[in-house]
Amino acid sequence: MACELFQSALHGYLDGELDASRASEFERHLQSCPECVSALETQESLRGLLKQSALREIAPASLRTRIRAALPATESPAARRKHMGLRWIAVAAAVILVFFLSWRAFVPPDQYMAAGIGIDQVLDAHLRSLQPGHLTDVASTDQHTVKPWFDGRLNFAPPVTDFAAQGFPLEGGRLDILNGQTVAALVYGRRKHSVNVFVWPTDQRDLSFRSGSTRGYAWIHWRKEGMEFCAISDVAPADLHELVELISH
Amino acid sequence: MLDQKERERFEQLVLPHLDAAFNLARWLLHGRTDAEDVTQEAVLRAFRFFPGFQGGDARAWLLQIIRNSCYTWLEKNRPAELTTEFDESLHFSRTASPEAQALAGDDRVRLARALESLSPRSREVIVLRELEGCSYKEIAAITSIPIGTVMSTLARARNHLREALTRLSAKPFKENEVPSGL
Repeated sequence: MACELFQSALHGYLDGELDASRASEFERHLQSCPECVSALETQESLRGLLKQSALREIAPASLRTRIRAALPATESPAARRKHMGLRWIAVAAAVILVFFLSWRAFVPPDQYMAAGIGIDQVLDAHLRSLQPGHLTDVASTDQHTVKPWFDGRLNFAPPVTDFAAQGFPLEGGRLDILNGQTVAALVYGRRKHSVNVFVWPTDQRDLSFRSGSTRGYAWIHWRKEGMEFCAISDVAPADLHELVELISH
Repeated sequence: MLDQKERERFEQLVLPHLDAAFNLARWLLHGRTDAEDVTQEAVLRAFRFFPGFQGGDARAWLLQIIRNSCYTWLEKNRPAELTTEFDESLHFSRTASPEAQALAGDDRVRLARALESLSPRSREVIVLRELEGCSYKEIAAITSIPIGTVMSTLARARNHLREALTRLSAKPFKENEVPSGL
């Protein structure tokens, strides 16, 4: 029947989401189709029922209080003055601590990654992978296909998990070479965008997230359990953070 | 100092949407207790991501993070839920109070049960559209459904809701008829 065409348009009409020409097309259709008229009425009364039932539940006040308490504190001016003395001690301690740590940890940002791999090389590899036909060696959304594919090709096992439910479907994997080091590249989709997550082994200690952007591409680098990771993409930095949290969880 | 500024901005832009966040979590997780835990954790996570938030629709941004946290939680705690298209048992809300149980005949309770029986993907679009009043564009941003299929997803979800309601009703849910007692 012709109204199958209109079955979802009916909902766009109901929600005021059709553009003017499609809305008037639908209205013209309504004049000659009692079936759609009654379907529209059914949906309208269902919506009325939902409205009257007031199913929306609001957050308990205690939740709001707990969340506010867990955010970094704001202080009143009086409290601030009171804490001034303590604060100077804290600043002095921090300066000393930073001084000590910097002996151990200071390296120019570009050399944070082991194996002498720099962000520029990661970005180049990312851009190369976006050329037609270069993105994946094994194209599969199934982590149980992608993970075994890496076996025997690498001397380490990168974590391969599909996050389709969270909006980051796994698209596949490939091997890449960065500065002479063979690395695993996991490819995730984010709407129309691709994210490359490069993984290679390291003997250095764990390092928490470090992020930045280079030529408009956001990247996040971290080390965990003997593996070094660098995720890079043109998605919003917040999206990239989200994926990285999922992977390192 | 920086934290302080960020916190103020977060309180102004994001925290006003806490009710929307909690409501989505409550319906995705079937209960207030789990929803409170997941919402708290997700809002604090949102605060950590906040420096990456580049302005725009703060509600959609927060709801997207809440939704992802809910699915992660479901995967860990109730994986079966994510693979069942339709819950035949039409179970009660896990936290339904004795009063709510006593009112089991009530239309509001019946509607809540019908909504609970839908798959999470159907349930979330109904909650976002009908309870939160989100536009199709916002629904697409929150759920990662392509904008072109939001309409058909909603159409399917509403039809499922109507069927579930009919099955729960003593008398079928008919056109033009709002059940009495509301």
